[in-house]
Amino acid sequence: MLTYILRRLGAGLLLLAVVTMVTFAIFYVVPRWAGRTTEQLATMYVGRAPTPEAIQATIDRLGLDQPIALQFYEFVRGILFGAEYQFGRDTVQCSAPCFGFSFQTYQEVFPEIVARLPVTVSLAIGAGIIWLVGGIAVGVVSAVWKGSIFDRVAMAVALAGVSLPIFFTGLLSLAFLVHSWGLFATPIYVPFTENPLGWAEGMVLPWLTLAFLHAAMYARQTRAGMLETLSEDYIRTARAKGLSERRVVLKHALRPTLTPIVTIFGLDLGLVLGGAVLTEQVFSLNGIGRYAVQAITQSDLPVILGVTLFGAFFIVVSNLIVDLLYPLIDPRVRVHG
Amino acid sequence: MTQPDSAGAPVVRVDDLRVRFPTLDGQVRAVEGLSFEVPVGGGLGIVGESGSGKSVTSLALMGLHRGTRADISGSIEVAGRDVNAASNKQLRAMRGNDIAMVFQDPMQSLHPLFTVGNQLVEALRVHRSDVSRADAHAKAVESLERVGIPEPAKRINSYPHEFSGGMRQRVVIAMGLMCDPKVLLADEPTTALDVTVQAQVLDLLDGLRRELGMALILVSHDLAVVAGSVDEVVVMRHGEAVEHGDVRRVLAEPQHSYTRALLDAVPRVEVSRAQRRAQDRADRADRAGEGGGTAPGTADETAADETAPGETPAGNGAHAAPAPPPAGATAFGQKPPADEEPAQEPGPGTGSATVSEPSAPPETQGEPLLRVRDAAQRFKVRGGLWGRSSDFWAVRDVSFDLHPGQTLGVVGESGSGKSTLSRMVMRLLEPTEGTVEFEGRDITHLPERALRPLRRDIQMVFQNPYSSLNPRVTVGDAIGTALKVQGERDRTTIRTRVRELLDRVGLQPDHYNRFPHAFSGGQRQRIAIARALILKPKLIICDEPVSALDVSTQDQVLRLLSELQDDFGLTYIFVAHDLAVVRQVSDRVAVMRKGEIVEMGDSDTVYENPRSEYTRQLLTAAPVLDPDEARRLRAERVAGSATA
Repeated sequence: MLTYILRRLGAGLLLLAVVTMVTFAIFYVVPRWAGRTTEQLATMYVGRAPTPEAIQATIDRLGLDQPIALQFYEFVRGILFGAEYQFGRDTVQCSAPCFGFSFQTYQEVFPEIVARLPVTVSLAIGAGIIWLVGGIAVGVVSAVWKGSIFDRVAMAVALAGVSLPIFFTGLLSLAFLVHSWGLFATPIYVPFTENPLGWAEGMVLPWLTLAFLHAAMYARQTRAGMLETLSEDYIRTARAKGLSERRVVLKHALRPTLTPIVTIFGLDLGLVLGGAVLTEQVFSLNGIGRYAVQAITQSDLPVILGVTLFGAFFIVVSNLIVDLLYPLIDPRVRVHG
Repeated sequence: MTQPDSAGAPVVRVDDLRVRFPTLDGQVRAVEGLSFEVPVGGGLGIVGESGSGKSVTSLALMGLHRGTRADISGSIEVAGRDVNAASNKQLRAMRGNDIAMVFQDPMQSLHPLFTVGNQLVEALRVHRSDVSRADAHAKAVESLERVGIPEPAKRINSYPHEFSGGMRQRVVIAMGLMCDPKVLLADEPTTALDVTVQAQVLDLLDGLRRELGMALILVSHDLAVVAGSVDEVVVMRHGEAVEHGDVRRVLAEPQHSYTRALLDAVPRVEVSRAQRRAQDRADRADRAGEGGGTAPGTADETAADETAPGETPAGNGAHAAPAPPPAGATAFGQKPPADEEPAQEPGPGTGSATVSEPSAPPETQGEPLLRVRDAAQRFKVRGGLWGRSSDFWAVRDVSFDLHPGQTLGVVGESGSGKSTLSRMVMRLLEPTEGTVEFEGRDITHLPERALRPLRRDIQMVFQNPYSSLNPRVTVGDAIGTALKVQGERDRTTIRTRVRELLDRVGLQPDHYNRFPHAFSGGQRQRIAIARALILKPKLIICDEPVSALDVSTQDQVLRLLSELQDDFGLTYIFVAHDLAVVRQVSDRVAVMRKGEIVEMGDSDTVYENPRSEYTRQLLTAAPVLDPDEARRLRAERVAGSATA
């Protein structure tokens, strides 16, 4: 078991290293292949006033005139051990996971991300629970009463959920549920520690909107998996034992169905933790996703790099957690030794 | 019909049972007017081919048709309770408590995510909620011990995948025993198991019946499986009981022609190759004399034969509706010669045929077609620390010669390496050690490119006719593709050749453009044989070619193979786990175990004077048709395992 964990950890670290390399290459190497000179690159990344001095300062600061390998080394070293940056005469310390300073605000990137993290985490966890529970419940009921009115309506709604993008459902719900009918409070982030009730009240609409999209997928998956499991021989064995239908469904049929669902849940949650871009944008929640959108519109390279790596980190970690949980869920993949 | 019951009311009483399934083509009558009784502690066998309604019957006994669209009439009484009229709650109280069921495939019938202990305890506590968890656990250990699971106290925490197939079937039986039911209903409990394991499971069921006074209903497609374990037998066909009576009477003096045909089709381990061949040739001569037909089942004959509902691809799945019985078509009627000829029985009566046809002595001198020397195959098994792999030898030190026109039978249980060996000869695998020579040429390490011309000469027929044919390719294309691959360009030539061959294997040439799903298992296996024959190979490797088929279909396919061998001078390697089948087709037999050949020799010698202990074990495990012989062998096995 220990070797299994170590192996998964190793694979996760390797994956992060590869993501780092690719991200770096996209922003530092690919533009050069496209024929950009060092000066042009620096002009893009200089921020507000592209004076020759500012450009030169940027080149020096980012080491753009250095060989690529050296730049990459500095980049990785910054992430692992922190770095020092020169702003004119001043030397500024950028501590451990250092992604650099924003070109726009001159703020250190990592603390900025961390500051926005609670918003994104609140959104992801809340929505995740709703879509997981809701999706599975709807899927199970649909499978058991296959062909019923409930099944048909639920699957039609699920189809809508999968097809409608957040910026449609989100804006629609804002317009009607909040502004016209006043059923929900205007979405706003209130820290949980300050006011738990306000936190929930402010987040409930974003949760539901984000959950709707995913729950639809989960309901369909659960229904399909459940129908397949219900036709297995061991379900017939369970019935032949004299178990009640309720127990057959909730104990014997549900567990095997959940196995693949847990896997995709891990991935989806990791994805949303890395920034629910559309949801945050639509509801003006200042989370990581929104930070990324701002950075992209402003070509704020260090921020983009930071957010990308941060998102990748979440996906790798949630994948790792799923991998480690898997033997608990399915004894057949349990590794001995 | 039923024996007078001294112990009062019978524990199971079925009266005029009818089960119908509505389908798009009208109602399918799966069971029609079936009646039987099982006394307390009695043993009943229900025998029939797939689609005969035997599984539908067993599900009806458990009330497991509830919730499907099955239309059930007649009465079923289990332990005094009317199954059809009972409420769902009453039914649940009956299932597992009064009547427990053992299913066909032990690999699928246990829940993979719960420990066996969990599943056993659940079976008890659902009916006896007052039993504490600890007591239920103790009872589960006891139950596992009773069915012969070693170290039950430890194994109770294992998951099903940690048991072998035979052990899993024991666990399923143990689960059935948890509530001390009055009836144990076993639906094809050994079909998925090896011979020796099959014998163990049957012995176990028989022992339980005797010790616990439980009634046993044993459902099987094989008369030989039920012969030694039941008192009475019901033979079913198209949902009807064609014969019902004492097992000795039915087997010794079958009244109905269908029972006779079934009995004749059962391959018998005591029938030698020579007798079988003589029989087949005599039958063939008869047929040629009668109709001037080409061969074994001429096209329409066989087609009619095999479209009998017994062989519809529907199988005997729980809710699969069998096809309606076609008017007039009978599964056995086309084989009158077999009914009349006593030659199937060994004995002086067959002397003339046997002697006059001296079993076509295959040439054993001269150059062998195939020479295998010290062949071994190693597989790397992943696992261990950091994915380091360990070695597993699937086949070790195998040597044999195979002369043209001969058949080498390879017998062994699952995992014995027999399929690996055939793949090595086929050069689908590259032997790790040793040599394989084909027509004097060393092909052990030939690269794929150099092998390609050889592929023409060595062909293969696989076990499962349902998955070995591509469902999206017409039969004609499936057979003809090999010609195209080998360079034949002219489409008409290919077409003509394929049609000839379809005719030759007993199918209609007009079936050229049909897709595999339109054919029954036996017909599909004929298609597979035609596909192997199209390139006029010298060697055909048959890997369990009949083990997925019903007995009567199996018989027809074996006849076809034997005739083709006569006509084309084919050489076969015939791989199977069924000893009787192997004996009847093979000149020489190799018995494999754990990758090695434990015994090899002339087939009659191996069967009559087995030298190795393992061969003897296999032979005593093989099911036999004579109930008394079966019981004698069982006593022998029990004694053997007691001393061991």
